[in-house]
Amino acid sequence: MTVGTYTPRPGAAPLPRMIMAQAALETKMLLRNGEQLLLTVVIPTLLLVLFSTVDIVDTGEGEAVDFLAPGILALAVMSTAFTGQAIATGFERRYGVLKRLASSPLPRWGLMTAKTLSVLVTEALQVLLVTVIAFALGWNPQGNPVAVVLLLVLGTAAFSGLGLLMAGTLKAEATLAAANLVFLLLLMGGGVVVPLDKFPDAAQEVLGLLPISALSDGLRDVLQHGAGMPWADLGILAVWAVVGLSAAGKFFRWE
Amino acid sequence: MRTEPVVQVQALVKRYGTKTAVDGLDLVARAGVTAVLGPNGAGKTTTVETCEGYRKPDSGTVRVLGLDPVRQSGRLRPRIGVMLQSGGVYSGARADEMLRHVAKLHAHPLDVDALIERLGLGSCGRTGYRRLSGGQQQRLALAMAVVGRPELVFLDEPTAGLDPQARRATWDLVRDLRADGVSVILTTHYMDEAEQLADDVAIIDAGRVIAQGSPEELCRGGAENTLRFIGRPGLDVGSLLKALPADCTAAELTPGSYRVAGKVDPQLLATVTSWCAQHGVMPEKISVERHTLEDVFLELTGKELRS
Repeated sequence: MTVGTYTPRPGAAPLPRMIMAQAALETKMLLRNGEQLLLTVVIPTLLLVLFSTVDIVDTGEGEAVDFLAPGILALAVMSTAFTGQAIATGFERRYGVLKRLASSPLPRWGLMTAKTLSVLVTEALQVLLVTVIAFALGWNPQGNPVAVVLLLVLGTAAFSGLGLLMAGTLKAEATLAAANLVFLLLLMGGGVVVPLDKFPDAAQEVLGLLPISALSDGLRDVLQHGAGMPWADLGILAVWAVVGLSAAGKFFRWE
Repeated sequence: MRTEPVVQVQALVKRYGTKTAVDGLDLVARAGVTAVLGPNGAGKTTTVETCEGYRKPDSGTVRVLGLDPVRQSGRLRPRIGVMLQSGGVYSGARADEMLRHVAKLHAHPLDVDALIERLGLGSCGRTGYRRLSGGQQQRLALAMAVVGRPELVFLDEPTAGLDPQARRATWDLVRDLRADGVSVILTTHYMDEAEQLADDVAIIDAGRVIAQGSPEELCRGGAENTLRFIGRPGLDVGSLLKALPADCTAAELTPGSYRVAGKVDPQLLATVTSWCAQHGVMPEKISVERHTLEDVFLELTGKELRS
């Protein structure tokens, strides 16, 4: 039989190639989306510059940027791993993208790995941007970079779990609304730009257990105060990560 | 040439809540083009999506290329191509970008540029998926189904809503796939599509296959031929029937449109026209037709296919 244009020659591409291709596409889609950029780039940058240069909130002793930069890094992680990922994945589910990919050679775990890679790449770009701007504003970071990376990674895991749980269970429109609302609430009440000690004692106890508070507090302990491993904050993030990711794994619906 | 079945469905049952979408369905599809024909809600998509591994049967067995689509999904997925009824593309992605991406997931994909050219997707340019026309979206989904050089392609209503030209382009591609040895399972509610493309047609109604065979076999199954004419609405069909040979049927399909089915020969034509003459009816547009799948469907289900 002669070989025609469409003569079958099936086969999956090598797994690493599939995952890299998927991660590249996901990142490209994210960077192309205006609303996502607003969330991941414009808002964190604007808050950092605004609150560092204009004396709106009392950030305690020392330079405002030393207080703010760790909070903004935490915000950057939340914006990408939670809000951005939840909204994007929610609409991918709604528009049948997840469904279509589920019948492609790329396994589901491969798709999830690619999503994580794409989140990490975006976060790396955000961290770079925030760091450059913070240095320009006179930032003077302390502490152990390993602790910082550990916090960022656990924070990403915690927020990804929660974001995917939302995207995989709610309607896309509900995810859009809820993810933005949660972003706003956690921005205000999670020690990002407003120190937690501005809240009443009882509220502080609860707010301190939020993943955003643990992340911003941990980053601040290390980067502003030069603390060692912030075990308590890492512990809180680890609990959120386990709870969020296992709930997402259990309840996520692909279509 | 009778080859191994590419799809084997036995006693498939699939329920959504209290609604039974597929109700003990049996289907064997062999190499070539198989059309799954039926009205909306007949269970076509559920059946196909069970074959694609999207749905787990409530009972019954499904084998695709000899594999269990759910449990052996990892081995099956690289060998099949899937065109969903709608969607499946990132809303911000361009057509060529998405197609290139799907190609990258396969070991030996088709030449993407040639496929873009072939399906006229070049005109999509830099437009994002959301802003493409319905026809462009359909053709992109079709391209995504074939780009990985699969053995078996599932097309769920590939030409629904397409203009005649785009429909013909899709049909041509299906014929080329078949010629190159790719098997195709397509769902459709267009009779002419099934008649034009399929080696084998399975007619589905209410979650079951009610007839299966080549278009010729199915059309031969009922009456041999059909005679149609237009007359005054409300003619006495019973009286016409009495004048006809015993194995004939006569019906007023829509007011004023009559169909006589049976062995249509010159004698029968004479009988009909003389009956008309006796009743002072001037029959117009008398036509003798081959029995179509549309008629088969109507006879089997008592329903019009396109509601």
